[in-house]
Amino acid sequence: MQYYDGFKKYKNNKIAISEEGISITYGEVEDIFRSMGEKIKRTLIFSFCENTIGCLCGYISFLYNHAVPLLLDENIERSLFESLIKIYEPAYLYIPKKMEHMFLGLECVFEIYGYKLLRTKYKLEKRLNDKLALLLTTSGSTGSPKLVRQSYQNIQSNAQAIADYLELDSTERPITTLPINYTYGLSIIHSHILVGATLLFTKHSLMQKEFWQFFKEYKATSFGGVPYTYEMLKKLHFFQMDLPSLRTMTQAGGKLSSELHKEFAEYAQNTNRHMVIMYGQTEATARMSYLPYQKALEKCGSIGIAIPGGKFQLIDVDGKIIEEANKVGELVYEGANVTLGYAQSLEDLAKEDERNGVLVTGDMAKRDADGYYYIVGRKKRFLKIFGNRVNLDEIEQMVKAAFPELDCACSGVDDKLYIFVTISEVEIKDKIKSFLTSRTGLNPAAFCIKSIFSIPKNEAGKILYAKLGEYYNEI
Amino acid sequence: MIMSDYEKYVQAFTENFEIEAKEVEGLSYQSIGAWDSVGHMNLIATLEDTFDIIMETDDIIDFNSFDKGIEILKKYQIEIKK
Repeated sequence: MQYYDGFKKYKNNKIAISEEGISITYGEVEDIFRSMGEKIKRTLIFSFCENTIGCLCGYISFLYNHAVPLLLDENIERSLFESLIKIYEPAYLYIPKKMEHMFLGLECVFEIYGYKLLRTKYKLEKRLNDKLALLLTTSGSTGSPKLVRQSYQNIQSNAQAIADYLELDSTERPITTLPINYTYGLSIIHSHILVGATLLFTKHSLMQKEFWQFFKEYKATSFGGVPYTYEMLKKLHFFQMDLPSLRTMTQAGGKLSSELHKEFAEYAQNTNRHMVIMYGQTEATARMSYLPYQKALEKCGSIGIAIPGGKFQLIDVDGKIIEEANKVGELVYEGANVTLGYAQSLEDLAKEDERNGVLVTGDMAKRDADGYYYIVGRKKRFLKIFGNRVNLDEIEQMVKAAFPELDCACSGVDDKLYIFVTISEVEIKDKIKSFLTSRTGLNPAAFCIKSIFSIPKNEAGKILYAKLGEYYNEI
Repeated sequence: MIMSDYEKYVQAFTENFEIEAKEVEGLSYQSIGAWDSVGHMNLIATLEDTFDIIMETDDIIDFNSFDKGIEILKKYQIEIKK
């Protein structure tokens, strides 16, 4: 993989610095993936991710050695990962030491920077398509077995495109604000490693003092954020902070409100920094579009233009290409970063490329006369909750399965998921909320449980979700 | 019924983190799942509304436990006494 050519060139550069002040060079990481290569072959590995050097070293070693990792959140609920393990039968688990007690009895074959590679009982040989490099979840919070299959070419091409449009070089020092197992967080890592930059790894959130101390001490140059991150930054009086090293802020993972977009773009312009709004999906590796920073104010609310090497089209309900400006259609993307397809089972990992470079996004969009795109809605039933994709039908099924005595329908807006139920007992509503909070790992503020006399349905028994919107603002 | 400042302070935690009043003492950032960055922002917003104050950045990011919060609120002339 071309991606690894840079490790020789940048061998004396620091690839990462941890908040404990530990640093590691590209050359040292190359040594690690060579020694890990003596242990592992092409196989399947589940990696439980935290923002640490140990996690990074494992991940890039797996990729280099053509072992296919599935990246999972370190805080994923036990029953969820156990069912994933049953379905996919990974030969190894890569875990932070604090998770060791969950896997007693498994042999440790490799250990580095607080991480252990454990051998499971499952067989090493797996039928994996030659192109397959990496697996990511579509909705980590519901534990859906549906995974996105990403290829080596996907990773390489998207990293290169991002490095190009953000004009990255080896002097960059992005600080981690997103998990590695989250496609946007991972894309920041990929694109910066490509140019020999230094990643600043912290486990703290930007609501903690330690984060900002680390930011200032090691002179972070950029960070990425989902819409909620920018709300938090505003609450923190970010515009008054003294951060001389900061050059660039990027935003993705859902639509930022126009007010916040404008405020941050103005701040960037006034302080000679770059604010870059982007759009993407795990199905397109990470990024599909970016709004050039020079246009951040002029094209407020836009997701911008396709990334270098990519192409957008809008199609109408009959599948015909829309040529005129300002007409809404479904957004279709074409590019080398379009992933191979999904997997729902171990057998699916042998599947060929099912998309051939074309992704029908499920997002409804329009294009203005200058060629800039605007997302106006979604075709599919999911929400973005604090940047995470949450499938409404999966939540609905989860609630129905756990509380068979009630009828339920899920709907909502980004960052607020409404669960309509046909009961009014407060104790049961509280139970549903704590069930969802513990199952999904999302903050309880994400859920609003509302009692309703009956779930509106049509004659065929299909739920009329649009009708539920009337109840959103009532408390 | 008029609530004391202590009761209001406790309520900010119980409402945002979906916990009982008896669980709040000794609580610290990330000691429960609900007190994550999202929960923290909501907690600060509730406290600012409740006590009609605007907290400074350093105080927001220093506010890492139930007890520390009491200490920080003193700077805003709010005495949280049980």
